[in-house]
Amino acid sequence: MSGAPKSELLVGSVIPPASRGAHLRDIGFRGLLIASLGASVLVLGTLIYTVLEDGLGHVSLDLLTRFPSFNPKIAGLESAFTGTLWLMAVCAAFIVPVGVATAIYLEEFADNTRWWNRLIEVNIQNLAAVPSIVYGILGLAFLVRGPISLGRVVLAGALTLGLLVLPVVIITGREAIRAVPPSIREGSMALGATQWQTIWRQVLPASIPGIATGVILALSRAIGETAPLILVGAATFVAFNPTGLDSGFTALPLQIFNWISQPQPEFKLLAAAGILVLLSMLLAMNAMAIWLRNKYERKW
Amino acid sequence: MQSLGSVAAQDRGASTPRIHTEAIFKIDTVGVAYNGNQAVRDITFDIFNQEITALIGPSGCGKSTLLRSLNRMNDLIPGASVSGTLLYHGEDLYADSVDAVQVRKRIGMVFQKPNPFPKSIYDNIAFGPKVLGMSGNMDDIVESALRRGALWDEVKDRLKTNAFGMSGGQQQRLCIARALATEPDVILMDEPCSALDPISTGRIEDLMMELKQDYSIVIVTHNMQQAARVSDKTAFFTVELDEDGSNRTGRVVEYDDTQKIFTNPSDERTEAYVSGKVG
Repeated sequence: MSGAPKSELLVGSVIPPASRGAHLRDIGFRGLLIASLGASVLVLGTLIYTVLEDGLGHVSLDLLTRFPSFNPKIAGLESAFTGTLWLMAVCAAFIVPVGVATAIYLEEFADNTRWWNRLIEVNIQNLAAVPSIVYGILGLAFLVRGPISLGRVVLAGALTLGLLVLPVVIITGREAIRAVPPSIREGSMALGATQWQTIWRQVLPASIPGIATGVILALSRAIGETAPLILVGAATFVAFNPTGLDSGFTALPLQIFNWISQPQPEFKLLAAAGILVLLSMLLAMNAMAIWLRNKYERKW
Repeated sequence: MQSLGSVAAQDRGASTPRIHTEAIFKIDTVGVAYNGNQAVRDITFDIFNQEITALIGPSGCGKSTLLRSLNRMNDLIPGASVSGTLLYHGEDLYADSVDAVQVRKRIGMVFQKPNPFPKSIYDNIAFGPKVLGMSGNMDDIVESALRRGALWDEVKDRLKTNAFGMSGGQQQRLCIARALATEPDVILMDEPCSALDPISTGRIEDLMMELKQDYSIVIVTHNMQQAARVSDKTAFFTVELDEDGSNRTGRVVEYDDTQKIFTNPSDERTEAYVSGKVG
């Protein structure tokens, strides 16, 4: 083609150049987005940096193997750490069966043309957004005192946290179950499997990674909750490990809260170390959730 | 009937003429409606033992709907209802006392898109026998099903690998083998080759020809040549519009030996469709 001069002549006459204003708006928006991202990362970064600076020197085995004390030199958070482990274990034992069973009912059995099933759905979604202090009040009124009267024990704390995060488990569980394609159910039913066999042997195994991810995310919300535990009466100074469901207890966020409110500056450093312990547990749980999700990610 | 059937069979090289002693399904004025919309109506014909029966017709004519009523898979669709009488070995499939799960144990099904379970090849086959509580050595059951599904030689060294790693054609034969493992006596196939290439399709057609020695097969297909190649009997469906044109209902125009349907149909609509003038 002898096109070089010709194409120069055509520039801008067929495809008009971008307007200067649109270009500037583009840059402006991008800058705005980066700035908002930067702001949140900066806050988080500062937080982690301060905590690391204060606390890193105090994270040691001693911290995990000593009980609280009025003397900051020998104070540790063993009882809070084991208390948190107890809470998480009991909470998981409660939310997994109840949450998964609810999710199965709502996805596989509930006829959502019926008003009561729709009502349940809307309520579960709303419950996920109820402030945790309200669950604390519920736990205090119904589990610690009132009709069930468990007292200020591990079981009451774990059940309160369980109620708090149950909606998360149900919602993520439903999503995981819904992601199993109908063709799997049809294939199973066509072989003469009952609906229950189909759910138990095909749908549930295929949705376990999604359900597990949901459970871990729910527990990682529960692990940091402080307000409901204060209400259900977890003590802030407990010099023993929980021995059972009916044992008194404390938990990491409460111990941190307690230390921060002490006048001696040494306790502030201990609190930072406690935050690091809590953050590492959270990080480990979230990492496990991500790992599970990626490992079992399926392309149907 | 009998003589025509045997002529058709000999054309495809079968050594002995077939004798039809029994209609395995007696379909009598059957209709299926979804939420009151009639999808098919007035279907009446018999499906015979150890034959391949093809259901052909344009899209939306209710072939799959009828097929799915034969093993009560329509029960799984909310709002579906079946009218008329559907006898299986003389027993009313839709009688109150009949459990749909028991029906599906006897009448297997293969779907349009291969739908292996997200499990190993072995577990895909073993699932049916396990949930049905079949006795016997599971390894033997799996091997026998895979052999009947013409898949054994290709997969015997990787039984424990995930079924999703197989080709589409292999997956579909796995689904057929999976259906065979539960020892059904009828296999319903809903366009089993529509997602497959011609070579895989050919293998599945060969497999069907072998399987009809022991099983009855009902196949829905859009592929006219496929119906002509493999089936003994063919039912041609068509779609009728309501007076107001809002509802499409499928009906059977003609049901006869495949050879007759394709060479000398009685109805001009059948002729127009099988000769490719419409469709």
